[in-house]
Amino acid sequence: MTRTPDSDDPLEDLPLDSDSDSDSPSAAPPSARPRLDGRSVLLVFAGGVVGTGIREGFALAFPAASGGFPTTIFVINVLGAFVLGALLEVLARSGPDDGGRRSMRLLLGTGLLGGFTTYSAFAVDTAVLLGDALPVALLYAGATLVVGLVSAFVGIVAAGAAHTRSRERSARP
Amino acid sequence: MISLWLFAAICVAGGLGAALRFTVDAVITARVTVPFPIATTVINVTGSFVLGVLTGAAASAGLPSEWLLIGGGGLMGGYTTFSTASVETVRLVQRRRYLAAAANGTGMVVLAVGAAALGVLLGAAL
Repeated sequence: MTRTPDSDDPLEDLPLDSDSDSDSPSAAPPSARPRLDGRSVLLVFAGGVVGTGIREGFALAFPAASGGFPTTIFVINVLGAFVLGALLEVLARSGPDDGGRRSMRLLLGTGLLGGFTTYSAFAVDTAVLLGDALPVALLYAGATLVVGLVSAFVGIVAAGAAHTRSRERSARP
Repeated sequence: MISLWLFAAICVAGGLGAALRFTVDAVITARVTVPFPIATTVINVTGSFVLGVLTGAAASAGLPSEWLLIGGGGLMGGYTTFSTASVETVRLVQRRRYLAAAANGTGMVVLAVGAAALGVLLGAAL
């Protein structure tokens, strides 16, 4: 697939790796390369503090029973995938990834939602369940993967539709 | 009920984990030029391994539960991410790169759970 600057396909302009500034650093202009400046790291840190706080608050209040389905982390991950899909779609449709939009992506996307959702707890809980309760482990792994993908997709599509509607409304005289 | 100080430490550790993820992602993306979101897989597999080690060490009564909460739920919870992994797989599907999407989605689960299981065994043996 060749990338053209004036492509009509909005997906062409989206980075494949949503946490980076570009999925092809060699072809991108210097300004679009991943920037590791202190301000960006601080935005991600601040979002990560809040996201982790919300996740751990729920995880400590509603711990999973031993050998049971880890419902709390499941809901957190599925919800976070939906919101991140919607957030990145709205940001991508509203303009280039710079200035305030980039700051919002780093604070709320990479930081808050990245810290809110977790892969390590999902992987370790699945690994432990594989030894203790095999059917629950397979159900948990499969459901997290599939429902997470569907909710991210629904988030992207819903945000895209909402963005188009609001543009049509504002375009009316 | 955990103390407010412990909860604050978990949150700060989560922020540090997220900043570490951002840094590792940028370093990998700048050096590895493959049309595949490899950085998130590396992050989630390594983070799952470390949480496995901590979980195994805590279960064998060697590691205090406070350190499992700070290093595991905080640092590794903030470092690894599920939301980005899901969105990146959906982006691959939207680009009709179905094989890459399937490899990214299922490959990450298999590698991360394998790394976590290895970590739990190693941690328990410590």
